[in-house]
Amino acid sequence: MTQQADTPQDTEKDTGQAAAPASAAAPAPPPGRFDAVRRRLPKSTFARHALAALGGLVVVFLVLELTNPFRNSQFATMSYYAIAAVGLTTLTGLNGQISLGHGALMAVGAYTTGLLLGPDADGAALPLPIVMLVAMAVTAVVGVVVGAAAARLHGPYLAGATLALAVALPGLAIYFDEVLGGEQGLRIAAPRAPDWFSDAIYFLSANETPGVKYLAYVGWITLLVVLLLMANLKRGRVGRVWQAVRDDEVAAELAGIRLGRTRVVAFVVSAACAGLAGAVLAVVVRLAAPSGFTIVLSLSLLTAVVLGGLGTFTGALLGSALLVFLTPTVTNLGTSLGLDATAAAEVAPFVYGVVLVLVMLLAPAGAVGVLRKVWHRTRSDRSGSSTRRSA
Amino acid sequence: MISRTARLAAAAVAASLALAACGAGGRPAEDGGGTGATGEAATASDVGITETTVKVGAHFPLTGVAAPGYADIPTGTKAYFDYVNANGGVNGRQIEYVYKDDAYNPTQTSQVTNELVLQDQIFAMLGGLGTPTHSAVIDFLNSEGVPDLFVSSGSLLWDQPQENPQTFGWQPDYEVEGKILAQYLAQNFPQAKVGLFVQDDDFGRDGEKGARQYLDSQIVTVQRYTPGNTDIAPQIAALQAAGADLVVGFAVPSYTALSQLNALRLNYKPQWAYSNVGADLTLVGSLLARFSEGAITDAGLLEGVISTSYLPNVTQTDDKWVQLFGKVWDEHGGEGDLNNFRIYGMSQAYTFVSALQAAGPNPTREGIVKAVESGGKTFQGPWLAPFRFSADKHGGIAGVAVNKITGGTVQLLTDVLVTDNGTAPITPVGTPPSEPTANGIPDVKPVATG
Repeated sequence: MTQQADTPQDTEKDTGQAAAPASAAAPAPPPGRFDAVRRRLPKSTFARHALAALGGLVVVFLVLELTNPFRNSQFATMSYYAIAAVGLTTLTGLNGQISLGHGALMAVGAYTTGLLLGPDADGAALPLPIVMLVAMAVTAVVGVVVGAAAARLHGPYLAGATLALAVALPGLAIYFDEVLGGEQGLRIAAPRAPDWFSDAIYFLSANETPGVKYLAYVGWITLLVVLLLMANLKRGRVGRVWQAVRDDEVAAELAGIRLGRTRVVAFVVSAACAGLAGAVLAVVVRLAAPSGFTIVLSLSLLTAVVLGGLGTFTGALLGSALLVFLTPTVTNLGTSLGLDATAAAEVAPFVYGVVLVLVMLLAPAGAVGVLRKVWHRTRSDRSGSSTRRSA
Repeated sequence: MISRTARLAAAAVAASLALAACGAGGRPAEDGGGTGATGEAATASDVGITETTVKVGAHFPLTGVAAPGYADIPTGTKAYFDYVNANGGVNGRQIEYVYKDDAYNPTQTSQVTNELVLQDQIFAMLGGLGTPTHSAVIDFLNSEGVPDLFVSSGSLLWDQPQENPQTFGWQPDYEVEGKILAQYLAQNFPQAKVGLFVQDDDFGRDGEKGARQYLDSQIVTVQRYTPGNTDIAPQIAALQAAGADLVVGFAVPSYTALSQLNALRLNYKPQWAYSNVGADLTLVGSLLARFSEGAITDAGLLEGVISTSYLPNVTQTDDKWVQLFGKVWDEHGGEGDLNNFRIYGMSQAYTFVSALQAAGPNPTREGIVKAVESGGKTFQGPWLAPFRFSADKHGGIAGVAVNKITGGTVQLLTDVLVTDNGTAPITPVGTPPSEPTANGIPDVKPVATG
């Protein structure tokens, strides 16, 4: 069957990333009303993104207040996967560098957080946001070192080098076990919600803020800030330069772009995201241990990004949602179908693998690619202007 | 024009909402979401307890590298609970046992524990396995007030009643085991040059601490290995070079197997002694076969190895407990045969049933913790030595018996010996071994708790 890709009426200029599936679930509003909304939006890109982030914050508030503590904890988990996935999708999707070492970078962020926060809830010397920023900065410094090496490598060699990072770095924690706690890891006191925060939440929703919910807020607010900054980066000059390097190195170099520096900067930005993700992971999991940062973590981040749709932030969010929600759903389904717990647990990685294979075969552009296709088709069907030759 | 990002953000939120909604599918409608069950009916005495059920949870590595062996433990626990349920349950309540996979990854342990506590609303955690994994959830369980009973690890971390009042150990800790093993070796091999082969973490350190109390002057070298690094040839060569003719290993099963294979390659034949953790005949035998790619087919290499035990061994078929557990497994077990891991799981289940009985007809979370503290010392069961539970001690089984692997089974070399952490003396246990009750279910009277 044939599908019309981009309709001529599509007012979006940039056809590649355009037409986000925002309202894919809802019927598309008539173009006129849509335009009216658009006219009221601020002209500046940053202001528009900030507005979207604010909207996101409202939705996060509603979701976290309306779901039970267990869902809150799942959202907290999803937030750190998503932060790291957003960083990785920027690197891989926008700049074309592959990294199998983001799990190790998350470990750097997590261990930094662990060392700064310590195992006692009252003993933490620094407030959480400062700790997270330091974790991000330290990881960015590691990112400079790795990025400088990575900028000289391509394709499989780059994958190999970052893979080595993922394997080797957790080993350091075992080698320096006096400081880093060895195999058992560093225990981390989960920060409690400050009074002003729980008061504010109580004022808005009349709900108390237990630790789990507070951490979900920390994770999602961090995620929104990261999304806001990365969206700006992507839309701005830096993002265009990165894409130019990804699409054609020779052309980019001829246009005066310094390849090496661009690559290192992209890697550092991505590493900083991974560091932040590690910091959120550390406080959510309350432990930084080598067994939490195995190669499996790096690989699942990459699969999340690919499953969701490479290079798109929606894809990164969808992919990380899949990482968090698929396994318990499949396991519970398996148990309710009469499998014993062991068999049900074994089915989960299998289903994940099957999903991955199917997505690669049927929808190489990931979930976002599929949604985009559906979106385009409904729009062209509705407008009736496109030729309908599909069987 | 609406920015792409705005729409992306909206889509993300929509997607997460949708996922949140469908994530709730497939769960029995019985639990009331986020609401606690406290005080709903006279007999639903606490979270996870109804008039007819008690819900208990656990985290185990069911997939991944740590799964072989350890994944069998919860099947044993479940089989014993099914047996108890078939015989009327505890105070009329059926025990619902929910165990989930953490793949020995602390990040996943924290996720499944959230699910068990917040979603499944378990009454207590029973036998969560692993030191790094369980460390990740100990604060959470204690802050939520969930009884964290009988952790499946011999770390000293579980014995901190001041900091973690809800957490109790179960198996003898590695220091106690190290002390008793070392005392036997010092008495029976006084001329030996001792080499230690220890895992480079708390397991190895605690064991070494215990062993040094009796073997310090005989130790010629300490070799440490890092879990994950499978090349231990240098360590074994160093043991050989130091002339150690008695090697004491505090190693997990895969490193027991690796140390045997490496020693075989170097034609190094000291007397070996391993901690109980690393000396399971069946598991080490299968690992030997796998690592040697079939060149070695059974645990024959382990013949003559000295180890310790604190539970009956599956090969002791004339033991009353092994016979009981064999019957339970035949009636309620799944695939496979009874093995030492399943005996371990059943023994934990037996301890839990004792604790639940001690907590009275309408147990509460606080009540069961108090009951274990005040009555735990007197629980009778398959364990060879009594527990050390009290209000200021949450350490598990007090001692072990030293044994020797002979002809594919274990032969006890000493009486059951008990001791405590630090410089506490080692003494014979003094009490005769307990026997199962007629119906194989503990019969513990409720403990009066103030």
